[in-house]
Amino acid sequence: MSAISLRDVGIAYNGVPVVHDVSFDVAEGESFALVGESGSGKSTVLKAITGLAPEWTGSIGILGAPVSHQPDRTLARTVQMVFQDPYGSLHPRKTVDAVLTEALAIHGIGDRDARVEAVLRDVGLDRRFRFRYPHQLSGGQRQRVAIARALILEPRVLLLDEPTSALDVSVQAEILNLLKRLRTEHGLTYLLVTHNLPVVSFMCDRMAVMNRGRVVEIAPAAALHDGSFSDPYSKGLYAASGGAHPEPEDRR
Amino acid sequence: MSEPLLSVQKLRVSFPTRDGGRVNVVDGVSFDLGRERLGIVGESGSGKSMTGRAILRLIRPPGRVEATRLAFEGEDLTTLPERRMRTLRGARISMVMQDPRYSLNPVMTVGRQIAEALRAHTPLGRAATRERVLEMLRAVRINDPERVAGLYPHEVSGGMGQRVMIAMMLIPRPSLLIADEPTSALDVSVQAQVLDLMDDLVRGNGMGLILISHDLDLVARYCDRILVMNAGRVVETCEARRLSEARHPYTRGLLASVPRMHETRAELPTLDRRAGQGT
Repeated sequence: MSAISLRDVGIAYNGVPVVHDVSFDVAEGESFALVGESGSGKSTVLKAITGLAPEWTGSIGILGAPVSHQPDRTLARTVQMVFQDPYGSLHPRKTVDAVLTEALAIHGIGDRDARVEAVLRDVGLDRRFRFRYPHQLSGGQRQRVAIARALILEPRVLLLDEPTSALDVSVQAEILNLLKRLRTEHGLTYLLVTHNLPVVSFMCDRMAVMNRGRVVEIAPAAALHDGSFSDPYSKGLYAASGGAHPEPEDRR
Repeated sequence: MSEPLLSVQKLRVSFPTRDGGRVNVVDGVSFDLGRERLGIVGESGSGKSMTGRAILRLIRPPGRVEATRLAFEGEDLTTLPERRMRTLRGARISMVMQDPRYSLNPVMTVGRQIAEALRAHTPLGRAATRERVLEMLRAVRINDPERVAGLYPHEVSGGMGQRVMIAMMLIPRPSLLIADEPTSALDVSVQAQVLDLMDDLVRGNGMGLILISHDLDLVARYCDRILVMNAGRVVETCEARRLSEARHPYTRGLLASVPRMHETRAELPTLDRRAGQGT
């Protein structure tokens, strides 16, 4: 059974179709990337899965269960999302503790105190951070909180929308390492949206390349090592990302 | 090399702290710039943008700028009256900002904004101004300048918006361009186009360039020389093509933390920080 399954999915905003005929399967425990430029529809696919873009056709399944067209509480227990901008995705007047316990309260989960402590430890923040506000945190710390907020419901699938593109390279490395560790420890399935191909090379097993609302190619992450893409658009994207000239070996 | 285009000695930018002291966000930065392309790299908070802004005297009180020398084409920028400074900004030194969506005037057409930049420094007749604007738009590879000149910023794409910004900054023919993260708001495929274009214009006109970015690869590709900044100081200066041989542990740490296209490492090395802080 695949963790995420899309069949002939078309998505529209106010009647204007923006994504066409997208089909792919992500196996349980797999890390799958959607890559492409702005406007290629990659984030829209995530929105459709979570019910934030309700105008879609075709079928979407999560762990064998069909997904409805609205935000769905039971689905939220299995699928959680981490957004791009940690400055915009955390409520500025809620403490870290409030953000985390709110998710538990909504789903009627008890033992909140212990769960909050555990999840903070999991994302590498110690307890001093529990009662801080977002403006008292750095970008990387905020993104850790955003990841903790997603993880606290113990989902099985994480949707990651450009989770590190607003961060510095050294902080990006820490967050990528964290995401990689959490996937192994919790047996999570990742669907990662990014325009950064090296990040895919580090984090993912396979990728779908999107252009103008369509998936033009599904390729293994290993294609990034040798540039063995078949679609001209994917090749172009690979070359524009610096893939055409291999980096010197002495870079470590 | 004779007189450098820009000479910066012991530049210091400080801001007051809550306990009444001052914190130096730029702390003794020195460099000379000829008609070359200099890259300044560093993480957020390293002081790289503040360095760029200090050169143009764009730091407002309570921020304070001090330097033992800050001279542009032999002119001392620290003592220049604000009125003279205003004629210098844009005309002789100009700056491309990060995000065209926030730096362009949303209620003015692209053509009028570019014309305004030109008129502020070079009074020309209407027809001549318009001709220069269209010529500049063509120079930034906008194919139908007549149409684009009549558009508002929200009607153009990010890449085109940034080309408009570059047109606006280069139309008074400055001798130094400071570009602060000029492409970080753009897509990868468009980034290369915009930087290639900027590079052509800078080299074609024999200008100096300061490219400020957190992206090491990008700076290495488009500059001759690189300053690496950390916590307000220059930790290393090197030739761009030798960036991979950088010595300083901070630079090496930064280089190593970037995922590569041919990634095989199970974990990325990170810079040393105190545990539990989880930057």
